[in-house]
This record gives sequence, C-alpha cells and structure tokens, in this order.
Amino acid sequence: MKTLMLGNEAVARGLYEAGCSFVSSYPGTPSTEITEYVAKYNEVYAEWAPNEKVAMEAAFGAALAGSRSFCGMKHVGLNVAADPLFTISYTGVNAGMVIAVADDAGMHSSQNEQDSRHYAMSSKIPMLEPSDSAEALEFTKLAFDLSEQFDTPVLVKMCTRIAHSQSVVTTGDRVEVKKDYQKNPSKYIMMPGNAKLRHPVVEERTKALTEYAETAAINVLEAGQSNEKGIITSSTSYQYVKEVLGDKYPVYKLGMIWPMPKKAILDFANSVDELIVVEELDGFIEAHCQSLGLSPKGKEAFGMIGELSQNIVREKFDKDILCGTKVDAVIPNRPPVMCAGCPHRGLFYTLAKNKITVIGDIGCYTLGAVPPLNAIDAVVCMGASISGLHGFNKANNGESDGKSVAVIGDSTFMHSGMTGLINIAYNSSNSTVIILDNSITGMTGHQQNPTTGYNLKGDPATKINLEALCKAVGINRVRVVDPYDLNECETAIKEELAADEPSVIISRRPCALLKYVKHNKPLIVDSDKCKSCKMCMRIGCPAISMKNGKAVIDNTLCTGCGVCEQLCKFGALKKVEEE
Amino acid sequence: MQTKNVMIVGVGGQGSLLASKLLGKLLLTKGYDIKVSEVHGMSQRGGSVVTYVRFGDKVYSPIIDKGEADFIVSFELLEAARWTEFLKPGGRIIANTQQINPMPVITGAAEYPEALDEKMKAAGINLTAVDALSLAEQAGSSKAVNIVLMGILSKYFDFSEDEWYQAIESSVPPKFLELNKKAFALGRGVN
Repeated sequence: MKTLMLGNEAVARGLYEAGCSFVSSYPGTPSTEITEYVAKYNEVYAEWAPNEKVAMEAAFGAALAGSRSFCGMKHVGLNVAADPLFTISYTGVNAGMVIAVADDAGMHSSQNEQDSRHYAMSSKIPMLEPSDSAEALEFTKLAFDLSEQFDTPVLVKMCTRIAHSQSVVTTGDRVEVKKDYQKNPSKYIMMPGNAKLRHPVVEERTKALTEYAETAAINVLEAGQSNEKGIITSSTSYQYVKEVLGDKYPVYKLGMIWPMPKKAILDFANSVDELIVVEELDGFIEAHCQSLGLSPKGKEAFGMIGELSQNIVREKFDKDILCGTKVDAVIPNRPPVMCAGCPHRGLFYTLAKNKITVIGDIGCYTLGAVPPLNAIDAVVCMGASISGLHGFNKANNGESDGKSVAVIGDSTFMHSGMTGLINIAYNSSNSTVIILDNSITGMTGHQQNPTTGYNLKGDPATKINLEALCKAVGINRVRVVDPYDLNECETAIKEELAADEPSVIISRRPCALLKYVKHNKPLIVDSDKCKSCKMCMRIGCPAISMKNGKAVIDNTLCTGCGVCEQLCKFGALKKVEEE
Repeated sequence: MQTKNVMIVGVGGQGSLLASKLLGKLLLTKGYDIKVSEVHGMSQRGGSVVTYVRFGDKVYSPIIDKGEADFIVSFELLEAARWTEFLKPGGRIIANTQQINPMPVITGAAEYPEALDEKMKAAGINLTAVDALSLAEQAGSSKAVNIVLMGILSKYFDFSEDEWYQAIESSVPPKFLELNKKAFALGRGVN
C-alpha cells in the first residue's frame, strides 16, 4: 500500500516489517518519533530507557537473546551510548541489532552540530544513510539482514530533513525472526584475552563489508548527459543535487556511508573530468576520496557549517540563484519562549531576581536563558548542570556555595543527573540542586520517563520517588516547592543556599500543556489600578503585553497560573475565583 | 508537471501541521509524488514555524528555498512578511491578518511593524489578506483557522470541492467534521 510517511515513521515501519521485537530508546529531536511510532505495533516491545547507554545495552541483550532489536537516539545521544557501541562492535550480535542516530545539521534543536558518520568509522560499524522515507523503510530492513550476515550491529543515520519529512512509501508484511541463544564466552565476554581475538575478526569484517559496498545495490550510479563533472553524494545532499542538476552529470549516491567502496569510487572518478563531493557537515566522503589519492572539489567550496540547500548547490554549480522580494519593514525575530503557565517561569524569575549563578541543563527550561529572564549562566549537555556546579563550587573554595545552583529537569535528572548528585554527596561540595519536576519529558513533545508513573505504551509503571532517591544517595536536605508560589520558592532557595550541607529543591508542577492539567480562568486586568510599572513583563509570559501603557492579558493563552498576580504591587492583575 | 511549492508558516501551536497533513492526504489521492517537511522541537515553543509542501511528478528536495514558493499560506501577518523572499515571481501569499506579538515586541525590544499588508502589496506581492480568525470563530472554533486558510488556497487548485471534503474527513475527528467543513466553505467563499 502507498502512503505518506514521516522518515521516522518509515524507520518504525521498517522495524515492524523486519520482525524487530525489542526497542529501547531515549527521546531526542529529531529521532523521537521512530520509537513513538513503533510502540503502536503490538508485535513489538518498546520502551523509553533512562538514557541512550542503557537503551543500547538493553538492545544488545535482546539481540543476544535471539530477537531482532533496535535503539534510536539523536546525535549527541550516541556520545552517551558510545561505550557499549565500541565493544558491541567486537562481540557482534546473535539476532540482528540496528541503531538509528539522527543528526541535526543546522541545529534546529541541538547544542552542537557533530557529524555522526565519524562514529561508524571509529567504532567500525557499518552505517546506512537513507535519503527519503521510502529508503528509510527499506534500509532499516536491509540493516537487519546485514547485521546478521556480517555479525555486527548496523547504524542507520538519519538527519532532520529525512526524519521530519513525509514522502511516499510502499509498505509490506512483517516477517518473524527468532534465533536460539547459545553460550559463547570467547565471543561475548570482552576481557583482554578474548577481545584480542575479536579485534582481527572486526578488521576482517570491515574488509568483507568494503567488498560488499563495491557492488551493493544501495550504492547507486546514476548516468548523466555530460561527463565534465561527476558528483558523489548521499542523504539530503543527493536530493539537492538532483533538484538542481537533474541528470546533467553522473551521480554516485552512497546508501552505505561506511565503509565506502574503493574500486567503485576510483572507477567513477576516472569516468569524469572533475570529481565533486556534495555532503553536509564534515568532509567525510571527501577524506575517503583523498585516501584513494583523489582530490575532489568538496568542503573548500561547500563549507562544514549548517545545512545545504538547492540554492547553495545552484551557487556552487554557477546557476542563477532565485530570491523573492523583501518587504520594506524591520521584521522582529520570533524566538521560542516558555509557554504561558509554564511551571519553570516562577522559579527562574526567583533565581534571576536574587542574582544567582545558574548552571543549566538540556530541556524546555533551557529557555530560562533567554530575555527577559536571562537566568542561566552555562548549558553544556545532559546532566552537566549538577556535575558542573560541583566543580564550580569546589574551584571557588566554598565562596560560590551560597549563590549558585544547578537546574535540571526530571527526565534529564534520570538520564544522567543522578551520578552528578552522587558526586556532590560523596565528595561533599556544599551545592544546591534544583530539580524541575514537571512530570514529563517536555522538550521532545511529552514522553513518559521513570518519574512519571507511566511507560511508553501509556500503561502504569513504577514511579521513581525523587525525594527518596536524593536521600538515598546521601543528600539530607530535600524539600519540595510549588513553583507557582513565588514566596515559597524564594524562601526555599535562600534557606538551602544558606545551609552548610548539600541540598535538593524539587520544584514540582506538571507541564501546563499536559492534557490532564486543568487551567484556571484567565486573569483579569483592572486598568485603573495598573501603574504601567511593567513588573509583570519581567517574567516573559507570552500572555501578557502592554497596550497604551496598560497591561493586557491574552485570554486565549493565559492559564490562570497567577505568577504575574504575585508581582503586581498595585493589585491590578486578579485571579478569577472558580465557581 | 513541474513541482509546485506551498509553504505553510505561522507561530508554534497554531495548527499548521494539520493543514499540511490535509494537503498531503489530498495530493496522495491524486497520485502525485509528495514531500512534506516540518521541523519539530525547539520551534514549537511559540517560535516561528514553517512547513514545506512540494508535489509533482518527481520531487527531490524536501525543502523550499528562496524564490521557489508558488504559495505561502501564513497563519499570522508578521510571519507572512518574514518569508516573502521565498516567494516565486508571480506567486501568491495567503495571509491571516491576525497579529501575535513575538517576545521581543512583548518586552519592548522591538516593534511590530505597521501596515504590513500594505507594505507587502507595495513590494509587488500578490496578497490575499483575510481575517481568518473571525471566519473560524464564525464556523464555531478559533482553532479552525487552518481549515479556513486551506479553503482560500483551494480556489487556486484544480481539485473538486468533494475531493477537499474527503481529505478533511480523513484528517479530523468525526465530531469536528461539520465545523471544519463550514470553516472550509467560508474560506473558499472569500473573494
């Protein structure tokens, strides 16, 4: 059947059709929907793991047991899972194991622009790279076959434009695959004596995979009208090339991005006058060509930063660049903002007001960094708030203890915040950690996590008790506040910063966008009382604006949280009591 | 057929994804090759959002670049003005005249430009500017702005009214069907 599918949905369909029966992932844009879609198939067990490392190890265990398995993550998630990745390369698999990694060139929703293709080469694991949804489905199925044929996990590399583009796919039926588990210590116990014997197996496998790549059906040679130029490309870059040049020049499209063929590329290079490599981010294909003694035109022309597009390809191939007319006006930016009613807002306001140094983390609450709150000092990666604060306070010999905090969400705390907290307790820095518990993984679009009490399929699950966990790792001072209550927040922050031992404040209030969260009536403005002081504007609520010098509330956005009411010294903003 | 390009732009949370879903379903039944691209994540939090819909005999690129859009359907006036460079010469912008202040305007760091519809016309842009929010409310819900705008767009396509209604039927829950059909008809009736 022909249907329109998101690239991520097509990977999920490929998992289903390939007989995959175990999926463990951690959400991360742009990879999240793969696991959400696959969870809809009853034949597939699917879960959210606390982090990518756990997910990959669980997927390895399932493959070892004889079930085709999968884990999915964004590019930076693969850093977290890199430890098992490099060693599962040595052990190989029993039933097939596939890992999807989604890059984010252009950083639509990420903290860096790393190129995951390097992981394939350094971990010596083959990587397939689809260029649309139809290929996402087909390559996912092929990845399982290759995994079993070559006894290796296989990476499927997505990117924002493939993951979040819908295109036409043809669906097929599911096959069932189940292998027997047999104990095999020399293959699966990676201690030095065994690992030394596995490394040569990996190198031989790479040779065999390179041989496979020479004639693989997913490495496609498309003929062109003129051999003046020849283009090697893959993924979205292939689509931009074809969009602009059609069949003007021959194109060698790599569906398998590692290992790359040698002879096929040399033959292609010899068949054209000028060799051009079109690829996003790093010069990965280009470096391979250079290792073969070729000197293609590549990164020097196209650069290593951001996404490519058809206009960039037009420019580099000396074609006219199109552009519409500009309007004669200064168009203000529209950056993402914390939603109206967001429970994080009151807490960040309190931190900014008290001029506290805030080491932040990854999630919706990173938006506490933008104006007018400007409440965050540093953000690096998942979990780095807590561990970073520990180092910050230790380096200051206690001088910053009373005026600095770490801020981290519930899901991020489960992911990799806990270990940082253990470090604070164990190595005794007098640090204060604030866990923003909004009862969901917010940024990636509402995924369940170990603190929410529900699993990926929506069924009730063990709910991790944050207070008990913090106490168990050695934090004696643990308290819970309601971030809608500014006084309570301020009192708690001041007391915990003043205390002479480490502490945790749990700021608890569910995300205002959750369906079960009941909103209050929108606040009303008593214009006569409004003195235009703009205090209410300091919290950056999209529901509040000033018109003709008076505060105005947008009724369609206001959730009646009442944080602004607490800021107004003149009683101009009022909550409406529910009848 | 040469590839046609429709951009759907607006503010995160306005419902532009349903509009692209509807369009995608309709185009699939007509046998076109289609690509619909959206960006999730950070851009959803009240930021600028853009969806690209491309269809034709064979569609390669998932995105629409500057100077390529046949139509830009905008859910908000400032967003229409933001993307004019993406319009093809002779293309058309269909804009909801609703204004939603972005954060720099709310905080007073920037101003919402005056008379953007006049300025777009002055720049030689074919503009259909409609108060789609009022029409949606007239149909029964402010959330139906997306379907009102699809109704306006539908006049520029050769598909029958029935084909559009079938696509609406397969895209919205049954209990909202009548409301959305009404919203579509109000949009299609705009001159």
